[in-house]
Amino acid sequence: MNGDAELLDLAAGAFLLAAVGVLWRRDLTAQTSLLAVQGFALAAIAVILGADQAHPELYAVAAGVGLLRGAVLPALMRRAVAARATDRETRPLMNVGASLLSAAVLVLLAYAVSQPLVRLLGTASARALPMGLAVALIGLLILVTRRKALSQITGFLLLDNGITAIAFLAAAGVPLLVELGVSFDLLLAVLVLRVLTTRMRALFGDTDLDDLRELHD
Amino acid sequence: MNTLLLLTPLAAPLLAAALYAAFGWRRATAHADTAAAALILAAGIALAVRVMRHGSIDLLGGWLRADPLAAFMLMGIGTIALLAAATSPAYLAAAHGPDAEPGQITAAANRRYGALVACFLAAMSAGALAGNLGLAWIAIEATTIVTAFLVGHTGTRAAVEAAWKYTVICSVGIALALLGIIVLYAAARHAGLSESAALDFRTLAAHAHALDPAVTRMATALMILGFGAKAGLAPLHAWLPDAHSQAPAPVSALMSGVLLPVAFIQILRVKTIADDALGAGFTRALLLTMGLSALALAALLLIAQRDYKRMLAYSTMEHMGLVTVGAAIGSRLAMAAVFLHIAGHGLAKAVAFITSGHIQHAEHTTRIDQVKALAARQPVVAGIFAAALLALLGFPPFSLFASELALARAGFAAGLGWPVAAAFTLILIALAALVTHTAAMLLGNPEGGGRPAASDALNLTARTPLITALVAVGALGISAWPISSLIATAAQGGAR
Repeated sequence: MNGDAELLDLAAGAFLLAAVGVLWRRDLTAQTSLLAVQGFALAAIAVILGADQAHPELYAVAAGVGLLRGAVLPALMRRAVAARATDRETRPLMNVGASLLSAAVLVLLAYAVSQPLVRLLGTASARALPMGLAVALIGLLILVTRRKALSQITGFLLLDNGITAIAFLAAAGVPLLVELGVSFDLLLAVLVLRVLTTRMRALFGDTDLDDLRELHD
Repeated sequence: MNTLLLLTPLAAPLLAAALYAAFGWRRATAHADTAAAALILAAGIALAVRVMRHGSIDLLGGWLRADPLAAFMLMGIGTIALLAAATSPAYLAAAHGPDAEPGQITAAANRRYGALVACFLAAMSAGALAGNLGLAWIAIEATTIVTAFLVGHTGTRAAVEAAWKYTVICSVGIALALLGIIVLYAAARHAGLSESAALDFRTLAAHAHALDPAVTRMATALMILGFGAKAGLAPLHAWLPDAHSQAPAPVSALMSGVLLPVAFIQILRVKTIADDALGAGFTRALLLTMGLSALALAALLLIAQRDYKRMLAYSTMEHMGLVTVGAAIGSRLAMAAVFLHIAGHGLAKAVAFITSGHIQHAEHTTRIDQVKALAARQPVVAGIFAAALLALLGFPPFSLFASELALARAGFAAGLGWPVAAAFTLILIALAALVTHTAAMLLGNPEGGGRPAASDALNLTARTPLITALVAVGALGISAWPISSLIATAAQGGAR
């Protein structure tokens, strides 16, 4: 049990570190690899919880999560990155130092905000829960401060990974049927965004969201 | 029989989507969406009758549930979809111009349009019938995914930009709602509910007192913010004017008329649970803030509006803001007024958007200052547009007059005089702005700079559904008897 708790902390730590890495690196290829690492860390969390709680259903969920978030979605991103001319986030609204500092603040915020839930559940896994929330908040930060369309998709994926991690840590996952629907919707949303980035590139040249200025009041 | 009635609203549009996918947009299939809409409406009416007689109906272990609120929403979806689908063929024909070749691109675009609208209807029906937070979430997210390409249908820069913002903002909003759902699920499991019961609306409401208040508060705020994004409420409202102004007119009509209300009823369902767990104060403060800020934003942005489709979009935001204030009041009178308002606004706004599509095709612009003297040049179009706007502004005999009056009364009766007074002040500002802009479009001297009269005035088949809908809004204002008992029962379920 104790060993399991340590393993869990390790996996959750890797999960959070991958998110911080995405924030740190501006290179979109590196960001994509970090997303894959994060997907597998998420699957590892599910496996550890499955072993801990003798919940064999979680192994199947872990396999699905690993496949979707560790392989399929990063592969989709990688293909999108390969198709573009410049693959660096050139003009983010925040420099790296400020971003990392905000990440630290967000981690503290996540710990503070999730206290009621951690206290209510009181399990070993729930104590790792703030890390999931921190990843979700970092995803939101990336969505707000990055301008490349692909970086925004990365931010969205981080947000979603964070939420899934919370689902595992707080309640050992939501019912399987809901989990399936959520994953399917996520896949479709990313596909839609992929198609839209392709169209945007055809219409605007590169997909810097600053070029999206047609619509305003 | 019950199984059939509950599955028809999902199966009929999916079948229509399959038809479009297989056969494309042809003369024979052009009205498959209309047929699906008619079936949704019929199922909604039949369910309303059965639910009123025998109480709510569960299917698939409570995943689908028909209660008075769901039946009411299904009737709304059916009616407005009927209106939008019946006018879609004319819209698509005009959008490609009379001299456009019926070529490959048009055929592919039309096929996609037909199939996606059908999927959109299925997703909204699922959202209305969801008996479970998980299914409700999946349905609302599915509406985002299928409508993304409808918003970007025209393929222009502005349309693709609108589709991008729409997908990103709504997906983020709905992700927040998912986080809220997970937190609530954890609290419910901790309170001893089984895995399948912990997301069920009715079970959650029944066991609300056992939920941990601090955790429930967090979950409620996240869910209301998240579903609020899709209902056009601040702070995640920025997609709304862009998407509504770029989407094809019938799709804008569907989004304004039913998509936003379907997201809104999820807020009401969450509110029922939260109020039992936390008392009414928490959701009341949250909804009042969100509703009033939506109203304020809409009123401010309406004043200097230059685009008439965006103007209609902001008017939608204004009405959703008012409805949210109504939900915050939460008494039985207020909830009945909220539902009547949703019905009246849905119909009138659908007519306004569809008419704006005709104006756009005849005038080749969506700018207010480039449309002049419409009343003299196209009296029928101008007349319908004016009547729809009068309805939206809350003039009698239209039903929005009755519902706004009832909301004001309910607000003062509940001791919320100040917020309600603020809301109606903002509505007056919006009214002044809308009247000024619309008058500039409709009135004036036809020789004084207006374009020459467009030849294709609204023909009889395009005109009949619009006028019928307006007459219906007027009739609802005089007497809501066909739906009054349904609305009253639905209000009783939502009120405390």
